[in-house]
Amino acid sequence: MDTVDVDVVIIGGGGAGLRAAIAAAASDPQLKIALVSKVYPMRSHTVAAEGGSAAVTLAEDSLEHHFNDTVSGGDWLCDQDAVEYFVEHCHEEMVQLEHWGCPWSRREDGRVNVRAFGGMKIERTWFAADLTGFHMLHTLFQTSMKYPSIRRFDEHFCCDLLVHEGSAQGVVVIDIATGEFSMILARAVIIATGGAGRVFRQNTNGGIVTGDGMALAYRRGVPLRDMEFMQYHPTCMPGTGLLFTEACRGEGGILVNRDGYRYLQDYGLGPPDPWPRKKAMELGPRDRLSQAFWHEQRKGRTIDTPHGPAVHLDLRKLGEKLLRERLPQICELARDFLGIDPAQAPIPVRPCVHYTMGGIPTDVNTAAPLPGLYAAGECASSGIHGANRLGSNSLAELCVFGRVAGEQAARFAREAPAPNGVSLRWQAQDARGSAVGLLARPAGGERLATLRDEMALAMEQGGGIYRLEPEMQATCKKIAELTERLPTVNLGDRSQCWNTEWLAAIELGFQLDVAQAMAHSALARRESRGAHQRLDEGLTERDDANYLKHTLASHVRAGPPAIGWSEVVITRSPPGVRAYGAAGESKEAAVG
Amino acid sequence: MADTRKIVLEVLRYTPGQSTAPTLQQYPIEFTDDMSVLQGLQQVKDFVDGSLTFRWSCRMAICGSCGMMIDGAPKLACRAFLRDFLPGPLRVEPLEHFPIERDLVVDISDFVDKLGRITPWIEPREPRSLEQGEYLQTPAQLERFESFSHCINCMLCYAACPQYGLDSRFLGPAATALLHRYNSDSRDGAQAKRMELVNSEEGVWACTAVGYCSEVCPKAVDPANAVNQNKTASAVSWFARFLPGRG
Ligand SMILES: Cc1cc2nc3c(=O)[nH]c(=O)nc-3n(C[C@H](O)[C@H](O)[C@H](O)COP(=O)(O)OP(=O)(O)OC[C@H]3O[C@@H](n4cnc5c(N)ncnc54)[C@H](O)[C@@H]3O)c2cc1C
Ligand code: SF4
Ligand code: FES
Repeated sequence: MDTVDVDVVIIGGGGAGLRAAIAAAASDPQLKIALVSKVYPMRSHTVAAEGGSAAVTLAEDSLEHHFNDTVSGGDWLCDQDAVEYFVEHCHEEMVQLEHWGCPWSRREDGRVNVRAFGGMKIERTWFAADLTGFHMLHTLFQTSMKYPSIRRFDEHFCCDLLVHEGSAQGVVVIDIATGEFSMILARAVIIATGGAGRVFRQNTNGGIVTGDGMALAYRRGVPLRDMEFMQYHPTCMPGTGLLFTEACRGEGGILVNRDGYRYLQDYGLGPPDPWPRKKAMELGPRDRLSQAFWHEQRKGRTIDTPHGPAVHLDLRKLGEKLLRERLPQICELARDFLGIDPAQAPIPVRPCVHYTMGGIPTDVNTAAPLPGLYAAGECASSGIHGANRLGSNSLAELCVFGRVAGEQAARFAREAPAPNGVSLRWQAQDARGSAVGLLARPAGGERLATLRDEMALAMEQGGGIYRLEPEMQATCKKIAELTERLPTVNLGDRSQCWNTEWLAAIELGFQLDVAQAMAHSALARRESRGAHQRLDEGLTERDDANYLKHTLASHVRAGPPAIGWSEVVITRSPPGVRAYGAAGESKEAAVG
Repeated sequence: MADTRKIVLEVLRYTPGQSTAPTLQQYPIEFTDDMSVLQGLQQVKDFVDGSLTFRWSCRMAICGSCGMMIDGAPKLACRAFLRDFLPGPLRVEPLEHFPIERDLVVDISDFVDKLGRITPWIEPREPRSLEQGEYLQTPAQLERFESFSHCINCMLCYAACPQYGLDSRFLGPAATALLHRYNSDSRDGAQAKRMELVNSEEGVWACTAVGYCSEVCPKAVDPANAVNQNKTASAVSWFARFLPGRG
């Protein structure tokens, strides 16, 4: 097995990984940096983000507002020290991207323009039409090419994290084109592998979003935090789950049920007019909007489509010109997949799984509870999203905490001892052995896709917008059963070169571990908060006395995870009532 | 959309070093009208033949992974719909002009290397600190380069380019479009450096103005236009060398 020696290895070439790589390289040109990604970096799922990235910009806005929107949006499960650091650094990161060439949409006077997103008091979303993630990712990727010290391992799949005497010291990677294994030894490791949305059935995520990095850390003893919180985005395409960005509503789009009625007014988000209006109606937070859909469906007021119930996202009022200019990709998706011109007809939409709030726990320095390990981006639980992420905070997070991760890992690497090559070589051989073992099984057995589909369905049933104890238990059981069936799965492809079936089997192993952490964390949280809503008697409300805490799911060999708890960091905003619409306005007026 | 119809996918299979020659394999599938060619291939991989190999991720025509020859033309599999290819069979092959790595997966490292050589970052015309905030750029200035920045690196234009097929040293449509994107950005000052590449043998002069690249581009980048503008620009800078008073 080849060995590569570097100072910092970064797993993940999405927004967070690239930002970290640039920060590490810029902080010290002498450092050797390895950037590993299972796809070419510009294919990473950051590319799909449409709407925009948050940063306090307008004179009438303030860091205080951004802080409050984020903490109340997260139903007070946010670590407020992290939120404080975050809101203070968003603007400089967006300006940094601007200096690197990101084509932000502009006002007539040449300044960067901002738009409104859900749960936001004042417009603060920077956007590049509805291609924000795409432009951020390509800007970061192309800018990273400026740094010769970043050595890229494109289309290399990381299958294990190497740990020696309690510190992270490298990774094992497979060159996808050849099937060859290498060991990358490093003084510090950054995980930036993105979310895990593909463990659910209908989702907005790309095929690569399989929670790999979370599982890598979890298997090496790092607990996963707040995994029960999955965000359902309210406006997705039934069937495929493809996203129609929140910016559709930020620009003035409305949601109506089968009677053409703006149903959100029935769920504490009204009154409907005047519109558009911030933190009200269609610009309420995502968890509330997705829950409202569920109730409408129960009341029989949704629209039937070939892919199940839907409501209508009506953009007709925006007019042809604005649609083309601000939401070109939305128009393209509606036209190609649904044969709909949004200027002429409403688009059927439904909630689908979108964002993984939980992940590898990190402190304000992005350090995970394993020396030498850092995490940033959607794979991390940085503490800023709490129980429900605010739209457009994630892209900003990639930059703010991606930079911190790069700098902190670089600093750590300068002082850390060299990795222990001898001990790690044994670990790496083991990792290769178990990965290659999958290919050596005799033919016969179940198809991989069967297991994958059963997992996704079970997660949808027990981890939906509303959750019930017996269904959650059934999901836990199902995930355990699938984990047992996985080793007997039949791989028809026995080639070493470009064997995507084999890699998908390894990914499914990662997904099942992550799914297990999610299902058990959900069961343990006996209250309703943010994206975790229970219908069980006595558990339908938030319970701060007992559950103003993070869950920590720890991996247990051959058994369900152990669920522990940790404190939420509260600096200045004690838990309060989340109010939107008129109720929110009168509450804010009362506060002054 | 319970209505399903049938079509046969006829897919090129090849593993260099293992297969003696590429072969075509037929997979009959059932599909609904909203299904893309990518979804057809996924159905085969999931339930018929796990060894069929192709790249994909976003499913929404933005990650650039799934370019392939579909019915003889370069297309994104996630944005081509099976309904448009009836009665079939529908031929699916790897992108032309690139070495095959396996089945529908081609080696695009040549492009990624080229991208690295066009100086694909801003070299500031005027330095500016973060505290000074953003550069001012009017919507009109943005418009000068914006469409060229829409390139998703899907490589359809390279598969369409006869010149690249003849000589892969040619910088080619997407790399030239991206070069032009930076050269046309009001914030950038590295035009002279990039024009050296444009004027070199591998630069725009190799283009024979077929224009098929722009036709196949799924993002309306219009790389042919970028190449043409640079032909003019490079002619101007070339002639300028002979004008009095210039170096
Ligand atoms: C459709 C959509 C729209 C969105 N819109 C917005 C928005 O408007 N605003 C906002 O703030 N947020 C938005 N989000 C959320 C946001 O885009 C994501 O949270 C964010 O882009 C994740 O970035 P990342 O860098 O953490 O991971 P990703 O971009 O997903 O990158 C993960 C990287 O890890 C690599 N990787 C993973 N596993 C392995 C492995 N085993 N080996 C090697 N490499 C590996 C991958 O190759 C990839 O390079 C949206 C999300 C989606 C899905
Ligand atoms: S110019 Fe168009 S066709 Fe060529 S790579 Fe870019 S997006 Fe694809
Ligand atoms: S799958 Fe991303 S472009 Fe087709």
